[in-house]
Amino acid sequence: MDTASAPPLAAPLDIAFDYTRSLGPVLGRFMTGLRDRRVLGARTADGRVHVPPLEYDPATHAPVTELVPVPPTGTVTSWTWTDRPLDGQPLERPFGWALIRLDGADTALLHAVDAGTRESMRTGMRVRIRWAAERSGHIRDIACFEPDAGPPHPPDDSTSGDPGTSSGAGANGELVTGITTPIRLSYTHTTSAEESRYLHALSEGRLLGQRCPACRKVYVPPRVCPADGVPTEEEVPVRDHGTVTTFCVVNVPFAGQRLDPPYVVAQVLLDGADIPIPHLILGEAGDVRMGMRVAAVWRDPATWSTTPENIAHFRPTGEPDAPYESYQEHL
Amino acid sequence: MNPAVAVIGFAQAPCRPSAGTTSGVETLVPLFHQALSAAHLDRREVDFWCSGSSDYLAGRAFSFVNAIDAIGAYPPICESHVEMDAAWAFYEAYVKILAGEAETALVYGFGKSSAGLLRRVLTLQLDPYVAAPLWPDSVSVAALQARLAIDAGLVTEQAMADVAARSRADASTNPYAQVSGQFTVDDLVATPYVADPLRAHDCAPVSDGAAALVLAAGERARRHRKRPAWISGVAHRVDPQGLGERDLTTVPSATAAAEAVALPADLDVAELHAPFTHQELLLRTALGLGDEVRINPSGGALCGNPMFSAGLARIGAAAEQVMSGQARRAAGHATSGPALQQNLICLLEARS
Amino acid sequence: MRRAAVLGTGQTQHQTRRTDVSMAGLCREAIDRALADAGVDWPQIDAVVLGKAPDLFEGVMMPELFLADALGAAGRPLLRVHTAGSVGGATGVVATSLVRAGIHHRVLAVAFEKQSESNAMWALSIQPPFTAPIGAGAGGYFAPHVRAYIRRSNAPEHVGAMVAVKDRRNGALNPYAHLRQPEITLNSVQASPMLWDPIRYDETCPSSDGACAMVIGDQAAAEASERPVAWIRATAMRTEPTYFAGKDHVNPRAGAEAAQALWQAAGITDPLTEVDVAEIYVPFSWFEPMWLENLGFAEAGHGWKLTESGETQIGGRLPVNPSGGVLCSNPIGASGMLRFAEAARQVMGRAGEHQVAGAKTALGHAYGGGSQFFSMWVVGDTPGR
Repeated sequence: MDTASAPPLAAPLDIAFDYTRSLGPVLGRFMTGLRDRRVLGARTADGRVHVPPLEYDPATHAPVTELVPVPPTGTVTSWTWTDRPLDGQPLERPFGWALIRLDGADTALLHAVDAGTRESMRTGMRVRIRWAAERSGHIRDIACFEPDAGPPHPPDDSTSGDPGTSSGAGANGELVTGITTPIRLSYTHTTSAEESRYLHALSEGRLLGQRCPACRKVYVPPRVCPADGVPTEEEVPVRDHGTVTTFCVVNVPFAGQRLDPPYVVAQVLLDGADIPIPHLILGEAGDVRMGMRVAAVWRDPATWSTTPENIAHFRPTGEPDAPYESYQEHL
Repeated sequence: MNPAVAVIGFAQAPCRPSAGTTSGVETLVPLFHQALSAAHLDRREVDFWCSGSSDYLAGRAFSFVNAIDAIGAYPPICESHVEMDAAWAFYEAYVKILAGEAETALVYGFGKSSAGLLRRVLTLQLDPYVAAPLWPDSVSVAALQARLAIDAGLVTEQAMADVAARSRADASTNPYAQVSGQFTVDDLVATPYVADPLRAHDCAPVSDGAAALVLAAGERARRHRKRPAWISGVAHRVDPQGLGERDLTTVPSATAAAEAVALPADLDVAELHAPFTHQELLLRTALGLGDEVRINPSGGALCGNPMFSAGLARIGAAAEQVMSGQARRAAGHATSGPALQQNLICLLEARS
Repeated sequence: MRRAAVLGTGQTQHQTRRTDVSMAGLCREAIDRALADAGVDWPQIDAVVLGKAPDLFEGVMMPELFLADALGAAGRPLLRVHTAGSVGGATGVVATSLVRAGIHHRVLAVAFEKQSESNAMWALSIQPPFTAPIGAGAGGYFAPHVRAYIRRSNAPEHVGAMVAVKDRRNGALNPYAHLRQPEITLNSVQASPMLWDPIRYDETCPSSDGACAMVIGDQAAAEASERPVAWIRATAMRTEPTYFAGKDHVNPRAGAEAAQALWQAAGITDPLTEVDVAEIYVPFSWFEPMWLENLGFAEAGHGWKLTESGETQIGGRLPVNPSGGVLCSNPIGASGMLRFAEAARQVMGRAGEHQVAGAKTALGHAYGGGSQFFSMWVVGDTPGR
């Protein structure tokens, strides 16, 4: 295969984590209210009521302490329409995004309106909260807003919510102190032409280095020479044997880990290369030492693809250790 | 007394729907060469390097670290990074030179906007407690602003289409543009909405790209460049984010920045970083630009919007206008955040 | 060059999970204390510079945008710095430049990390496609370099444990510290589990939520201050690539050159004699002797002797990390600024129980990435030259 002309490789990179957010006093009371089907606004020194609440007064910079209830009805101040909802949005059918000023509030809240059709949306339309059946103290306790035909509701109206007080903790339990927010994003990771050639060579069981035209050092994998800022060019085959320059024994489990500890991660200076690569040394962890000679253990060739994972790990060769002077420049 | 500071070189990568590696290194290497040769400067003569980029564009922590490889940073260099559009890296470099801590600087911005679904990635710029958990996308957020501007009688869908038509026509002579061509307003407003009231032409394309710009102080600038673009002022401000909290039809941070640099109404050219057509119209008012000011002769961000370098590229495009002698006074503008939350203005001029 | 000074500092209570506050609340705890310490009110703040490590830690892209109002930045210039682990220091340096350029009178510098919103190890372990799954964790990156240092310097094995004992006991004097362990001993450190051989559990930094803030002012602001200020004598930043052929991971040239530039700018010819106290970024105990050499306090290979002889304890020739340092509190993005702020507190005479008597000149130091980003400053009780 002519790897020199192969297009750069690309592959998916998905990242996902359920973030845990602590809320503090203002947002905590706000979320507690939502759980109890009540909306609380923050009143600032100038008398304005902010929904969603502000934690600090923009004029005085003082912490906001006063939260006041507002009704679950309001007016759309701006809107747009979404024909194809994206992952994570409040509704899976076409819906409107809107800025909604709740009755009694001086600012607007961003949320979804389940209006059915784009034609139903307009600035000034009256909407009311549709509460989620299951609520935990989260902005998504508001499932969405829906068109509302009725008149404005006074702030103490309780027809669509549980009766409650204006204090933080409602009748339904403890103050909400945190929320969980899943964040899942999908990316496409794209390699360089040099890295792609290296990966194609790996799929054939070869290790490919490239020499920097300026400093003449051989890089594995090939890359722009970080010391000189020029692409490496001349291809140099590199042996799958090398020397452990230094290492650590990983005894600790941690998030994102792929192996069960303990295992040894070593810097391996491949014969013919001028920069070590990190890799696993399997065998007796206690035997690994600086200067130890090692060789790559390849996986079954039938499973090879364009990935460094074709090399499962390195193993000791039993050769005499390399002298310290031979690798001390690479520490 | 602060030294005079000038832009003496600029280069950009072509804006393309998908180009380059996630790390940006391979795009940046030739770009540095172009910017430095335009400035007649060797890379070892750069006193300070500063970049702008975002980890969330690449989907990994410390994504900017890899880009340092493109510099060839050994022996070590003086360097810094902002997690912002590189226009703010430009500001940091400008400050370093003003403070007398550097005489020359190279500023760069990069990012592969196409690596993820950009309008969903940008959701993560919103308040993480009450807004981002609903996943409103950046185009819908801009649409809410556009609707408010239309309802307030500040813009019309025709005026927005007019901005798009002018930008695309201007971009026809810009080899770095991603979108260009001749369009009539009638044709454009006949197309369907993407996010009502925004149509496709109202929104910047998703662009991969990068930009690099070289700065120098006083005598150094004169020595290296025949006609430097002298910086008469740079200022930036930020507004509160709350989308229902502030008046989205005004841009106080842009107005304040313009006042801080005493932006004249009769500039020759203004390169505005407006990723949506209505935002250009709001910015012209906020900045107090007269009708005779030529807006975005490059085609602007509407014709190529490489995230985290598009703002720097506006400053670069404005500087090119001055360095080439086409303009005497030009302004470059950059924005960041949802609905024009943060804004920077740089005023450039020729001096004899 | 114009003069600049730290007018006041503030920091949060650092702990594993600050579940009592939001991100804004965390920042404001530090900011409000810094303003009070500086005797400065909001209208006097001209600009805000925020530093933080990767956005993936909190799951917010450029969180300074949503925080702008709570940080008091609305209507003002706001910069967001990110230079990996050195960012807290770099944020202080950028704020200093803004003052030295004559642009602002008073700048608020803030740095924070709310690690409990996610898991830093997860965020740092995201493996891009086409790379080998060689997950070693944060300590696993640095442990081989510690091993190389020990081999190169022939340092006795107990030096790392000595650093841990000193720093944790110092932390017990610091009411803001996350880990406060007055009872810790050499034996207990050496009995703690070996996590990343040769690094033991008690020799690693914790994962903390926390924030730090400083008000940096110009000469007029400093002279108007009713309380002592910390004059910024010099700043320095240097960068080199993460990996390159011939990189010295033990004694990186970027750190050494930053230090040389720093001492020269501060007019210091013999740092060990002229510097009274140092707050150095030591996330793993062995980095104390390594950085003592890199910074020029000791010849290469001899840094451990300063530690072993007790000279880096409070009362020694060069007290290092009297606050307890990163080994006691590690809100990553803020850790560097804490070093800078603690140095300032020492020369202002406001370091409380961990005050080094008579401290007139202090070093604040931070590093990040693969020992490649360095930021540092020297502060003093007088403006200097």
